[in-house]
Amino acid sequence: MKEITILSGKGGTGKTSITAALASLAQNAVFCDSDVDAADLHLILQPQIEYQEVFEGAYIAKIHEENCTNCGICEEHCHFDAIHQDTRGQYFINPFQCEGCRLCERVCPTQTITSTRSTHNFWYISNTRFGKMVHAKMGAGEENSGKLVTQVRNKAKEIAKAQKADFILNDGPPGIGCPVISSLSGTQQVLLVIEPTKSGLHDIQRLIALIRDFNIPMMSIINKYDINMDMSLKVEDYLNKEKIPLIERIPFDTRFVKAMIEEKSVVEYDPNSEISQKIKHIWEALTENFKKIQ
Amino acid sequence: MTKKIAVASGKGGTGKTTISVNLSHFFNLRFPQKTILVDCDVEEPNDHLFFPKALEESSEEIFQQVASINTDACVYCRDCVEYCEYHAITVIPPVKYAKIDPELCHSCGACFVACQHQAIDEIPNSLGHYKQQITKEGIRLAQGQLRIGSPMQTTLIKEIKKRIDSKAEIIVYDAPPGTSCPVVETIADAHFIVLVTEPTPFGLHDLKLTIELVRELKIPFSVIINKAGLGFEKMHDYLQQENIDILGEIPFSKEYASHYSQGEILSHISEDISKTYQEIIDQILIKLAI
Repeated sequence: MKEITILSGKGGTGKTSITAALASLAQNAVFCDSDVDAADLHLILQPQIEYQEVFEGAYIAKIHEENCTNCGICEEHCHFDAIHQDTRGQYFINPFQCEGCRLCERVCPTQTITSTRSTHNFWYISNTRFGKMVHAKMGAGEENSGKLVTQVRNKAKEIAKAQKADFILNDGPPGIGCPVISSLSGTQQVLLVIEPTKSGLHDIQRLIALIRDFNIPMMSIINKYDINMDMSLKVEDYLNKEKIPLIERIPFDTRFVKAMIEEKSVVEYDPNSEISQKIKHIWEALTENFKKIQ
Repeated sequence: MTKKIAVASGKGGTGKTTISVNLSHFFNLRFPQKTILVDCDVEEPNDHLFFPKALEESSEEIFQQVASINTDACVYCRDCVEYCEYHAITVIPPVKYAKIDPELCHSCGACFVACQHQAIDEIPNSLGHYKQQITKEGIRLAQGQLRIGSPMQTTLIKEIKKRIDSKAEIIVYDAPPGTSCPVVETIADAHFIVLVTEPTPFGLHDLKLTIELVRELKIPFSVIINKAGLGFEKMHDYLQQENIDILGEIPFSKEYASHYSQGEILSHISEDISKTYQEIIDQILIKLAI
């Protein structure tokens, strides 16, 4: 079983549309949405949830006024400036600033602070028309998205093992921070979806530097390659220099949005179009590559 | 008083950077030399790409003081391990091994309180870089750039904000994508939030998530529809139903996308676009009551 993680650095380059299109071609695969912050893959795959579980997030501390003497010891110890006094002089904790270290709870002389873990995050195992999918919904403003990514990926691996799936397709988050690090570690192949813009090139360079640290093989595609040919050539030069195979160039095409509106992948929406042929080629290149490795 | 405006979106690639750069440009025309653009997308900061002629004013590496165990004083009691909520500390008494992973340490100070043997020190761990520039139009541009491999984007955003000149009239925060802690850190102290969306099913879905967050934070907000005309009607239905103001709509144009791709958005402002932004600025100023 091989896990392919789709990443881009910059947001909005087409990761999810490409993942969904590949999903509609993959036989015997499990799908995984690691962009737990702003998950969108389900809008196309339309999963029927068969199992759901709460993912316990970070601790959030709370001061119970009854026993609080307003001694201020908690505020002195808090490194996150999360503890404030209201107009009555009563201390309180801003839940958005609290990072859940529980130090205030431990140093409070009257044991009037308790911490509870947030229960606003969920993860799901679902059925889709292409196979099983593991995904999640994060509560607004939650911490620990990296840990939720790990949870979703571990579940997808379990399922893939149990059903002897050949592939996991893992739709990754934008950026290079903790959720991306969590979506990368231990994956077998990264597919880079690059937009030929200054921002797209700048961001992919930082992402590639991160992926090099993990020693994971990369393949790439340029999406919307015709919005600026000069920039596309610059991206190609860069990929050449970095020895990262470029497996396809996909033109800007409004079919991606039209397919999305109909809750279809672009391959389902118009199987004979040029872009659908190109997506098929990407899938062949990815699977061929794994055969070579084995 | 300084007014802070955050530009956020949930979904990536909707045009946060384009809108932030343009808003700063038009605010700077009203408040010359008193507008600061802060790029809070520290994982992938892009605002600077649109000001290639900006001059650097200052640059510094930013460190976080993380905990570190002094094994000469350590008695391997594991009290610190018990206190660390981030699982950053490994202590194996039989082999006298004690180490704190600097990438996992949140600098909360709990291990200092736990340790009865003064065996914990502080050492600096790089979070990334802070850079301040002045553009040729007179906009001050501040950005953070996360060290590759660091998972501490939220801490870096906090550090950047400490370095922003408080005498400015207008501060524009360009937020990272998503709805989790780095976004909260960026927008929490804003007086007004501009939500940028694109009229697609993904755009609407992620906009709803962001609105949920902004409502919880109780900060006033309005929406700019970017790439308007892509053919998804439900966006307007939703905004109308929720009574959310649309500050303006910027039509999708392949030509504009091409200028953007080369980093040229301020040198190619059409009269229509200019008028739209002027109107957006007017509305924001009314909402901020300046």
